[in-house]
Amino acid sequence: MDKNKRKAYIINTISIISLYLVFFILIQTKVMNKYFMGIAIMTCIMIIMAMSLNIVAGFLGEMALGHAGFMAIGAYSSAYFSIALMDTGFPLPNIIVLILAMLVGGIVTGIMGFLIGTPTLRLRGDYLGIVTIGFSEIIRIFFINFEPTGGAAGLKGITKLVNFNNVYWITIVIIILIFTFGRSKQGRAIISIREDEIASEAAGIPTTRYKVLAFTVSSFFAGIGGALYAHYQAFVEPSKFGFMFSIEMFVIVVLGGLGSLTGSIVAAIVLTVLPEMLRGFAEYRLLVYSLALIVMMIFRPQGMLGRSEFSLTKFIESLILRKDIKNSIDGGETR
Amino acid sequence: MDLFLQQLINGLNVGSIYALIAIGYTMVYGIIKLINFAHGEIMMFGAYFAFIFATSFGMPVWAVILVPMIIMALAGVAVEFIAYRPLRDAPRLSALITAIGVSLFLQNLALLIFKADPKVMPKLFPETIINLGGVEISSTTLVTIGLSLFFMVLLDLYIRKTKQGRAVRAVSEDKDAAILMGINVDRTISLTFAMGSALGALGGILYSVAYVQVFPTMGVMPGLKAFIAAVLGGIGIIPGAMLGGFIIGMVETMTKAYLSTTWADAIVYIILILVLLFKPTGILGKNTREKV
Repeated sequence: MDKNKRKAYIINTISIISLYLVFFILIQTKVMNKYFMGIAIMTCIMIIMAMSLNIVAGFLGEMALGHAGFMAIGAYSSAYFSIALMDTGFPLPNIIVLILAMLVGGIVTGIMGFLIGTPTLRLRGDYLGIVTIGFSEIIRIFFINFEPTGGAAGLKGITKLVNFNNVYWITIVIIILIFTFGRSKQGRAIISIREDEIASEAAGIPTTRYKVLAFTVSSFFAGIGGALYAHYQAFVEPSKFGFMFSIEMFVIVVLGGLGSLTGSIVAAIVLTVLPEMLRGFAEYRLLVYSLALIVMMIFRPQGMLGRSEFSLTKFIESLILRKDIKNSIDGGETR
Repeated sequence: MDLFLQQLINGLNVGSIYALIAIGYTMVYGIIKLINFAHGEIMMFGAYFAFIFATSFGMPVWAVILVPMIIMALAGVAVEFIAYRPLRDAPRLSALITAIGVSLFLQNLALLIFKADPKVMPKLFPETIINLGGVEISSTTLVTIGLSLFFMVLLDLYIRKTKQGRAVRAVSEDKDAAILMGINVDRTISLTFAMGSALGALGGILYSVAYVQVFPTMGVMPGLKAFIAAVLGGIGIIPGAMLGGFIIGMVETMTKAYLSTTWADAIVYIILILVLLFKPTGILGKNTREKV
């Protein structure tokens, strides 16, 4: 392991732990009440959702407008599983149940993503976008009509397993996993398809297989996000996973910058916290939000970070050496 | 058999409204390759204006329909000028997000001005039931189908026969070549938005008359379905949008009548997915070969 890499790992580990400690102290001293904690948990879930969507929308460069449908599958399957597991009365610690439920949600959604992706990824651009909207709406209508999971009334009786402590660490793990995936052989193959599909096919990359892989991995993580959502709200209903929710996630990804995972993280934080901050204005809230969206896109169409990643190591270096701060936003580097 | 004919008429009724809205989507897409998500909201505002003119001003019926169409045509041009024109050379997804932003903005503006509770749309046309050999058709249905067909034919003639119409076709075929031929592209795009928005407003008025309601989020579902209709017919192709609209309306009505009300939307999506899987460019779309 070379020296720079080790330094980056140490800095990132320290910053992750210190961020956690800050939250820990805020929670212990009751500065952060239940309301803020709820926002923080939702932010973590949205970070996972945005990053997973970024695999398809950013890395692969395809328009996927049905992410809420995958989240719904994850939420329902994991909740159904955890309820069944709790009913058996088998004494398992909560965290184990949560992890098992997440895995079930992720795997079921991943399989669905594979099944949906295989035929639909032949389509391009807007057509693919429409088909993904179609699938996500079909999933929603299915859950409205599916009685075993409560139908339109929603699934009740889920044990609340998610709290800030575990969701923080789960989010960190998923961030690391998605970053690693992005830089793996598979991730780079997927990015090459975005850059030029014909050229990458000519270079011997089986494009269809990698497209389906991107779609499957993306839906796997979306399923995990859905599982966390279900076990945080302790209640899931189909109306939550409508078309507008998919759009909301897509907006986060584009606003952060397509293909920039750190951008997704920042945008997820901003766009989850901002509407809550504007709650004082109540009815003007969404008006301001939509105006901000339009203005942002007109003046910075490539999103906050474009395609580059924010690197904490470089940021600190530039602070110490008083170099141009802009250097800290650079392509290809992890935080 | 009578029930079937009845449902056929209902399908035509809903389908003609979808077709009107779908034309707006397909024209805008054809010319600047943008899914104009704000189109559903243009439709909603058109319905609100008609509601205001009919209830508060007591205007005659033709004015209640025509004035909102003109206002929304101007609004469509304004939306394009303010929100989409600065992004014409930006990545397409950024323009898409802007369209979503405009859609949300207009929706919340309506929510602020008109409040969330649905208003009852007055009957614009004198209600009589016409009996055609056992099939009962209300005059509203007839007027809806007639008006939609009239404006669709008008648009088709305009696009095919006039100079401006030819300019619209030229720009959607090849923008750069159109510039070289001395076509004012900016003005042509504005014209497209004006026509699409006017038809969208008409669709909104007819929709609100058919469902007797106006409310701020009324544009979302018919907007989405009309867009699906446009894709189904082959996006960018005006006759395709009309065909797609009628197909979606018919399928929806028939499933509601014979199969299930709750699954009707799902079946619409399933048909869309199946059509696109076998013919990725839509029913009337041409396959383009990919070049290296």
